[in-house]
Amino acid sequence: MIIALAGNPNCGKTTVFNKLTGSSQRVGNWPGVTIDRKEGKVRGLKDAVLVDLPGIYSLSPYSMEERISRDYLLNEHPDVILNVVDASTLERNLYLTVQLMETGIPVVIALNMTDVAESKGIKIDPNALEKELGCKVVETVASSGKGMEGVRSALQSFGDIPGYMSFTDDVESVLERISSDIPDDVPAIHRRWTALKMLESDTYDGETKDQIYELEKKYGDTIDGIIVSQRYDRVCEIASAVTVRKKKDKTLTEKLDGLAVGRFTGIPIFVCVMAVVYGLAMLEGSPGQYATSWLNDYVGDVFTPWLNDVLVEAGVEMPILGLVIDGIVAGVGSVIGFLPQMIVLFVLLVILEESGYMTRVAFLMDRVFRRFGLSGKTFIPMLVGTGCGVPAVMSSRTIEGEMERKITSMTVTFMPCSAKLPVIALIAGALFGGSVLVALGCYFGGVIAVLMSGIILKKYGRLVGTPSPFIMELPPYHIPSVTGVVTATFQRAWSFVKKAFTIILLAAVLIWFLSTYDWQLNEVASTDSSMLASIGGAISWVFAPLGFGNWELTTATFTGLIAKENFVGTLGVISGFEDDPDGLFGWLASVVTASGAIGVLAFNMLCAPCFAAIGAMHRELGDWKTTGLAVSYQCGFAYVCSLILVQFGGLILGESVNMWYMGLAILAAIGLAYLLLSRKDITRESDGRCGA
Amino acid sequence: MRTLRDASFGRPVKVIAVHGDGPVRRRIMDMGITRGCIVTVNRSAPLGDPLEITVRGYELTIRKEDAELIGIE
Repeated sequence: MIIALAGNPNCGKTTVFNKLTGSSQRVGNWPGVTIDRKEGKVRGLKDAVLVDLPGIYSLSPYSMEERISRDYLLNEHPDVILNVVDASTLERNLYLTVQLMETGIPVVIALNMTDVAESKGIKIDPNALEKELGCKVVETVASSGKGMEGVRSALQSFGDIPGYMSFTDDVESVLERISSDIPDDVPAIHRRWTALKMLESDTYDGETKDQIYELEKKYGDTIDGIIVSQRYDRVCEIASAVTVRKKKDKTLTEKLDGLAVGRFTGIPIFVCVMAVVYGLAMLEGSPGQYATSWLNDYVGDVFTPWLNDVLVEAGVEMPILGLVIDGIVAGVGSVIGFLPQMIVLFVLLVILEESGYMTRVAFLMDRVFRRFGLSGKTFIPMLVGTGCGVPAVMSSRTIEGEMERKITSMTVTFMPCSAKLPVIALIAGALFGGSVLVALGCYFGGVIAVLMSGIILKKYGRLVGTPSPFIMELPPYHIPSVTGVVTATFQRAWSFVKKAFTIILLAAVLIWFLSTYDWQLNEVASTDSSMLASIGGAISWVFAPLGFGNWELTTATFTGLIAKENFVGTLGVISGFEDDPDGLFGWLASVVTASGAIGVLAFNMLCAPCFAAIGAMHRELGDWKTTGLAVSYQCGFAYVCSLILVQFGGLILGESVNMWYMGLAILAAIGLAYLLLSRKDITRESDGRCGA
Repeated sequence: MRTLRDASFGRPVKVIAVHGDGPVRRRIMDMGITRGCIVTVNRSAPLGDPLEITVRGYELTIRKEDAELIGIE
């Protein structure tokens, strides 16, 4: 038996899913999109599979989530729909219920959050609701597990196909006329649904059109508007028939919102919350930083030598030994080292999301970010991005609008993550006397880069997804459950670990291979005679306009793709100053000018992030084509920005100017200005329909 | 005509029309803002936009430019 789990966002659907399936969950994606598709076996029910549909308010054709749900219900023929209904906002939830019933599939209702409803002074009679709707209703409080037994037994005996709500007689008579146009191959249970969709699609002519026109004139509304209004009117009747409402004081959420989004308190509280996140995960000496440096030290100083000894003992020789130690362990180890910090960030993010504060962030920051094609929530990935790009990219998933979500995941790695800090320290130490201004400039530049890219990508929004209206529920606050936080954190961390052992592993091994062997596949004594060095040498001219056209820096930029801090390690090895920072500073100062150092820094801050973050981008963008476009955009943007900074910076610093490069920089500046200032803006033009 | 943008904070108002078209209008209506329902604007965000409103017993945020599509009595 296949059970489709449907419900509004924030109705406790995930909790119901977790309670019913336990640990038997499988997480995947809906085809072609990056919305999680979870399914699991229902404990205590034989051969019953629960499929979690995206949280939706309606079955309209306009949003991706709604379209996925429609397609699933109509094409995959689940046996029954388990509809989780939030008792505290009954009307809006039943509005979805009546649409689910129109699909003709039997519906069982879990009347959830009855405790929250009671705290709002709302008491609902489940028996009366069962009678009004004609389908089974079970009262639940999913967070405490109450009612789950009842849900299981209702799923075993859900009885007949439910009825559906009737519209007014005049609407029904048009529906009847349309029903005769439905092709015969549409199954009987879906005929009502099909007729409604045909009516809403507004593609009729002849007598039917006249009849629809009459209706529209009578109600002073479009036909789809009439249908929505009538559904809500009917739902309103049902809700008031089954609800007993007591006068209550302000709810806790109302009181909290008075502070959390209040005129004078909203922003200070926001700053405090963000400071706590930063303090716990990113700050020097914080749990996140501490655990990460501990794990890095452990992998580098304890695990690697131990494994090396074990392998040597076992008689393993080069090249296998090198592959394992310098390729796999060094490559995967350098990204797994960031796992503790990521887990801390994931936990904090899940708490922000589940508590309901995340939507308040969107509310508070919307005004600032929307003009850049970004969501107010983008602030969170940007903050997280100063710790690690991987959770930053993954946290973009909480953003509702597809366009805003994709632009965020494409640009948030411009922020200087903790792996980029050694690069910043190196450049600052070698050429700018260790000035803090360099680091400050990187953070500031990262923010500017995200916002500028937002403006540019918004104009080509069709490439990154359709813009969507910002009309969003502010759900009640609630204390996240420990199991909920653990499950969500584990799922995200696991998805990263899987990436680390597939794409990141492959990429790391490739870079190791290229830097360890020459073209005759002889092992090289030092990186400077490797394949990577000669590739670096062959393409270093590309970076000449950025002031660092030498093979050492080009090669280091490549190894930075494994993890950005490898940039420093590689330069250390190449220059021979591996354990001598001052020597490395001196060496670097001898190969680049001050403007060239700015170029190296700017390019490495902005260009393609590490493979781990590219993998996370792939997870959020859905396919390799879009991911490829995103990485190309990042590299192109990095190149253009660095070029402009280096050439104009060199001019200001009084360095000698290459006329060709200067010309190129002027062209780049004009191009960038055009992209930023041109008036093309499609956000309001498109109708955003994602197909019917 | 008066729109939701002009409503004073904390005072319930009755919706008489939802203008606009396409996904924005449908979204507004799907969220429960239909003709005849009662809506209260609670506050605006500290930076002035968007608005926080109560409709059908729950809180919703909507930008001022979209609130202009909602005609009130």
